[in-house]
Amino acid sequence: MCTDNPGVWEYIANWARKHSIWVLAYGTGCGAIEMPPTMTSRYDAERFGLRGAATPRQADLLIISGYLATKTLKRVIRTYEQMYDPKYVLALGSCTINGGMYWDSYNTIKKLDLYIPVDVYVAGCMPRPEAIIEGIIALQKRIEEGRAEGAKKYRENIEWYKKNQREVFGDEMLPDYTWNFEGGI
Amino acid sequence: MSTGMRIVDIIAYPFIAFLIGMLYMGIARNIIGRIHRRWGPPVLQNLIDVFKLYRKREAGSHGVMFHLGPIIMVTGVVTCLYFIPMLSDGRWLKGFSFDGDLILVTYLMVLGALGMALGVGQGGVPFGVMGVTRGLTRLIGLEIPYFIAIIVLMAHYNTASINKIIELQAGGLSNWAMFKVPLAFIASLFSFWGMMGASPFDIPGAPQEVASGPATEFGGKYLALMMSSRGIFGFLKLTLWVDLFMGGAANLLILVGKTFVLFVTVLFVTSVYSRFKVEQAVDFMWRYPTIIGLIALVIEMVR
Repeated sequence: MCTDNPGVWEYIANWARKHSIWVLAYGTGCGAIEMPPTMTSRYDAERFGLRGAATPRQADLLIISGYLATKTLKRVIRTYEQMYDPKYVLALGSCTINGGMYWDSYNTIKKLDLYIPVDVYVAGCMPRPEAIIEGIIALQKRIEEGRAEGAKKYRENIEWYKKNQREVFGDEMLPDYTWNFEGGI
Repeated sequence: MSTGMRIVDIIAYPFIAFLIGMLYMGIARNIIGRIHRRWGPPVLQNLIDVFKLYRKREAGSHGVMFHLGPIIMVTGVVTCLYFIPMLSDGRWLKGFSFDGDLILVTYLMVLGALGMALGVGQGGVPFGVMGVTRGLTRLIGLEIPYFIAIIVLMAHYNTASINKIIELQAGGLSNWAMFKVPLAFIASLFSFWGMMGASPFDIPGAPQEVASGPATEFGGKYLALMMSSRGIFGFLKLTLWVDLFMGGAANLLILVGKTFVLFVTVLFVTSVYSRFKVEQAVDFMWRYPTIIGLIALVIEMVR
């Protein structure tokens, strides 16, 4: 266990979190088409307790399904900051790992981990539903062991993440209120 | 019954409703999964979901009313639950029954929706406001056949006490109100399906259409409260219909059996039909179930 003496409630809570992951699928690029078969009859991710969430407020897992243009990255960060702790990110495809086929593009980011903390990467171009489910099982293992603390990591290293985001957005930086919950929303 | 037993009885009341209600919702998801030819989630899935939501570390609030909305919802549902007797025989799980509680119950059943509307109003999310508007519009449609059926029932048994109605239905299947006043039962069944959120009438939540409707801005513990109250409310409605039309229940096993049969009818409706538009739902409710209910009322008056 990574956290110090999590206690029995946290252990049970982690078990529940592992078996009840509500997914907010952010469909960018070609990966969006892999999500419907993952959730429906053919691969049936619901048997692992996965369910689609309608809004970021209710979601646990943000799936980024492909390359991110700087414009979409801004939306992704806002969405991520609106989700409630504990929250996880699953990144699909080589585009989110190193840019993939968009390596030379002037307007896409290459490494998602610089901007929001990613729990699990699924490599491939594009990964099939089987690979997504394998990624989710890897995430479940992380949650059970108490290692999926992306929200904590983001809060503790907020300056570093904001610095990286500022390098991309420049003057059009995101407002503070999307991540700073101190004085209420 | 001693005072201690009475306290245990009162505390157990909402928890039994919560457990059975959440279990039914899990079974519903599983059965719908099987209809889609997949395995579906485990039966305990909804209980796990609620527990997870209670253990979320953050939950944003938009102000006092946003905070109180889900609480009013749960309070309204639990208050209403206490006036509906779960068991008719013995001393356990009888609730607080008095003459005329049926009128109070019909009134209290709307309190949950009202609390939700107040909370959503402060959230300020357009989807939430849209969901509340749709929900209250639908309520206008649902309540007409439901109230007509209740009036027929009150006129038939000449009482407004749920306990009395259960007593008068005693003595075999043929004495049940669903066979004594069948048209009223059919009319009320339509509004029952609507109140349970079965598919042709699921316009407030409307998956894939208005995000998740009124619950859009609620997350964490607020959503957990809403889900809990939905579970309790589901079992409340099932119990009420069993009490009014299916002769009540002597013990918990019979209660579970009867409510489950009623719940399966909801599942069959919800997994077959697609969604009505708002005006279509109200139009439907004001046309067919209301006409059936009015015919039942005329028959009752002539008899």
